[in-house]
Amino acid sequence: MTVMTAPPRPSQRATRPVRAGSRAAGRPSATSTLILLLGAAYCLLPVAWVLVASSKSASELFSTFTFAPSTHLVENVTTLSGYRGGLFWRWMANTALYAGVGGLASVLVSGMAGYGLAKFRFAGKKAIFNVLLAGVLVPGVVLAIPQYLLLAKVGLTNTYWAVLLPSIISPYGIYLARIYAAAAVPDDVVEAARTDGAREGRIFRSIAVPMMLPGLVTVFLFQFVAIWNNFMLPYIMLGDDKLFPITVGLSGLLNQGASQPAMYTSVITGALLSVIPLIALFLTLQRYWQVDLAAGAVKA
Amino acid sequence: MRLHTGTRAATIVAATALLAAACSGGTSSSTTTDAATTAAAANEKVELTFWTWAPNMDKVVEGWNAAHPDIHVTVNKQDGGDPAVTKLLTAIKAGSGAPDIMQAEYQKIPTLVSADALADIKGDIDPGLAKQFPDGVWNAVTLGGDSVYAVPQDSGPMEFYYRTDVFDQLGLTVPTTWAEFADVAAKLHTADPTKYLGTFSAADAGWFTGLAQQAGASWWGIDGNAWSVSINDAATLKVADYWGGLVESGVIDNKPMYTPEWNAALNNGTQVGWLSAVWAPGVLAGNAADTAGKWKMAPMPQWDAAKPSTGNWGGSAVAVTSQSKHAKESAQFITWLNTDQKAVTSLVKEAGIYPANIPAQTEALASPPAFFSNQPDFYTLAGKIAQTAGSFTFGPNVNVAYSAYNDEFGKAAEAKSKAAFTAAVQSMQKITIEDLKTSGFSVK
Repeated sequence: MTVMTAPPRPSQRATRPVRAGSRAAGRPSATSTLILLLGAAYCLLPVAWVLVASSKSASELFSTFTFAPSTHLVENVTTLSGYRGGLFWRWMANTALYAGVGGLASVLVSGMAGYGLAKFRFAGKKAIFNVLLAGVLVPGVVLAIPQYLLLAKVGLTNTYWAVLLPSIISPYGIYLARIYAAAAVPDDVVEAARTDGAREGRIFRSIAVPMMLPGLVTVFLFQFVAIWNNFMLPYIMLGDDKLFPITVGLSGLLNQGASQPAMYTSVITGALLSVIPLIALFLTLQRYWQVDLAAGAVKA
Repeated sequence: MRLHTGTRAATIVAATALLAAACSGGTSSSTTTDAATTAAAANEKVELTFWTWAPNMDKVVEGWNAAHPDIHVTVNKQDGGDPAVTKLLTAIKAGSGAPDIMQAEYQKIPTLVSADALADIKGDIDPGLAKQFPDGVWNAVTLGGDSVYAVPQDSGPMEFYYRTDVFDQLGLTVPTTWAEFADVAAKLHTADPTKYLGTFSAADAGWFTGLAQQAGASWWGIDGNAWSVSINDAATLKVADYWGGLVESGVIDNKPMYTPEWNAALNNGTQVGWLSAVWAPGVLAGNAADTAGKWKMAPMPQWDAAKPSTGNWGGSAVAVTSQSKHAKESAQFITWLNTDQKAVTSLVKEAGIYPANIPAQTEALASPPAFFSNQPDFYTLAGKIAQTAGSFTFGPNVNVAYSAYNDEFGKAAEAKSKAAFTAAVQSMQKITIEDLKTSGFSVK
C-alpha cells in the first residue's frame, strides 16, 4: 500500500514492473485465499463439532444448538473413564501398542527389504518387486478375511498377534524404502565399506540406516497412522474387548442393540481423546515428514 | 549420533517383538494345552468364554464365578445383535476362535443351527426347564423339534409408550385399537403439525416383524424337511396397508428410529408416542433423560379388541457353540444364568433385561424401572401383556428378509405411498424365498 501511495520517482519507475511482479507473488490473491479458507473450514468444522459436542451432556447433545458449547467435558471424560472399569484407557493403550510396535516392526522389515531390493542383484528380484507393486494396489480390507482364516488355523485369532502380525508387512513401506535406499545410499559407499571388510549386516546397520532415516520415519508415520485408524482387521480378528483398539471399542459403544441406548456422548468424547496423540505425533515428527516429501519428489 | 542409537534401539525392540511373535506363535498353543491338561488332572478347572452384548454381564457372572471355583466364565462383550453373530459364523467356518457360550437373538437361532454353530444341549439340561418359559419363547430355542439349542434369556413383548403431558394438554385419550390410534395420530398432528404420534421406521425390521406378529403373521414355517415363507400373508399385508395409509396422509412420521434426529424428537416432545417393547425404559432413560416422569406405558392398540395380542421385538437366548469342548459345563452355566433367582434378579438390575423365566420374574420385577416410577404397576401390566404374545417362526435367512425390509420399505417410506407399502411386502416375500432356494434349502 505504501508503494502505491508514495509519489513515484524516476528511479522507482524503472523498477516498477519488477516490483509489481514481486508484489503479486508475495500477496495471495483474494480468490485463492477464499478457496483455501473454505477448504480449511470444511476440514476443521467436524473437529470443532467434536470439540463442542464432547462438552455437552447426553440430553443437551440432541436438544441444544449444534455449536453451542456446554460445561460437561470433565464429567464426560469421567463417565468414559468409568465405563467398565476404565476399559477406554485400555483401548488407548492397545491402540498405542498396535500402532507403535506394529509401526516399528514394519519399519524394520520395510527398511531391510527395501535396502535388499535396491542394493543387491539376485534372481527373481524383478518378479518380487512387481509382486510388491501389485501388493500396493490391494487394499488391506480385502485381505482381512483370508488373514483371519490363516491365523485361525494356528489358533492366534483373538490375541494381540492377530492384529500385530498382519500389520508388519506393508508393501507400500517396502516400496518406499526401496526407492529411498536407491536414491539415498550411493553404491560407492557400500562398495567402500565392503572393501574395508565390513559385513553386510554392519553395512546396513551403520551406513544404510542413517542414510535412509528420513525415509524410514515416513514409513513409520504412514504405518502408524494406518494402524491407528484401522478398523476392519481388529474388528474381524478380536472377540475379547480387552484387546480392542480404540476404533473397534468406540464403534461397539454405538452398537448396543435396539434395547440399549447408544452411548453417543461417550463415543464423541472418546473420539476427541483418541485424536490427541495423533496430533501430538504429527507435530513432533512433521519436520521429517516435510523434508522427506520434498526430497522424495525430486529423488524418485 | 543420538538418532543413530535411537534407531538401533528401535530396531532391537522391533526385532524382539518379531522373535517373540515367532516363538509364541509356535509355543503358546502347546503351553495352553499343557496347562489345560494339567489343570484338568489336578482339580478339573474349566475355562469358558461367553460372548454377549448385555451391559454389565461381567457383574452378573461374578456371582457364578464366586460360587463355582472349578468352572470359570470370562465375559467378552460384543456389539449388539448382528455383528456378534457374523463373527461367530466366521469363527465356525474357520474351525477355531468361537467362544463356548453365545448370546443370540431368537431370530438368529435358525441361521446358527443351519450353519451347525450351536450344540444340542438337550442331554445336558433339566427336562423340566421347558415349563419355566412361555411356550412361544421355548419354541424359538427348539425350533419346534426335539433338540434344545439355547436357554431363553429375555423377551421383548411390545407395548405402546406415550407422553402423558402432551396427551393431557391436548385432551387425547390413549388408543386401544388401531382405528383409534389413527384417529389420535390425526388429531395430534392437526393440533400441532410439528408433533407425531410415532414414526414408521424402515430401518428396524424387528419392529415391523413384531407388528406383523401381533396381527397374526408367522413368516416362516417348517413342514417336514421343507421350509415355507409367508411374508405376504393377509396379516402382514393388512399391517403394511395400515401404516402406508398413515404415512401417506402424513399424520405419522416416516423417519427411522435410533438416529440423532429421532433422539432429538424424543427430547423436544415432537415424538409423542413410541410403539416399543418392554425394554424401552432403558432407551428412553439413555436418550431423553430429562423427560422422566412424563411417559406412560399402555398395551398395544388392537386389531380385535376382544382378542388382545402383542408381538415381540428383540429378546435373546444363550446357547452353547458347537466348538465348545465343555458343553456340559456350559449348559450348566446358562441354566443358572437364566433360571436361578439370584442370577435373574441380577440380570434385571445390572443388564436391565426383561427375563423370560416365569418363576423368577415375580421377585426380580418387584419394582418398576426407575424411569417409570410414576407407573408402579409397570411390570404387572407388562406381565399381562407378555402373555398375549402369539407364536412366530423364524427361518434360516432372517438376515436376507430383514435387509430386504430395509431396502424395500426404505423406498416406500421415502415415497410416502400406500401402494408402495404393500408392494414392499411382496418384494420381501420374493427376495426371501428366492434366497432360500439358491442357498439350497428345500422350499415348499
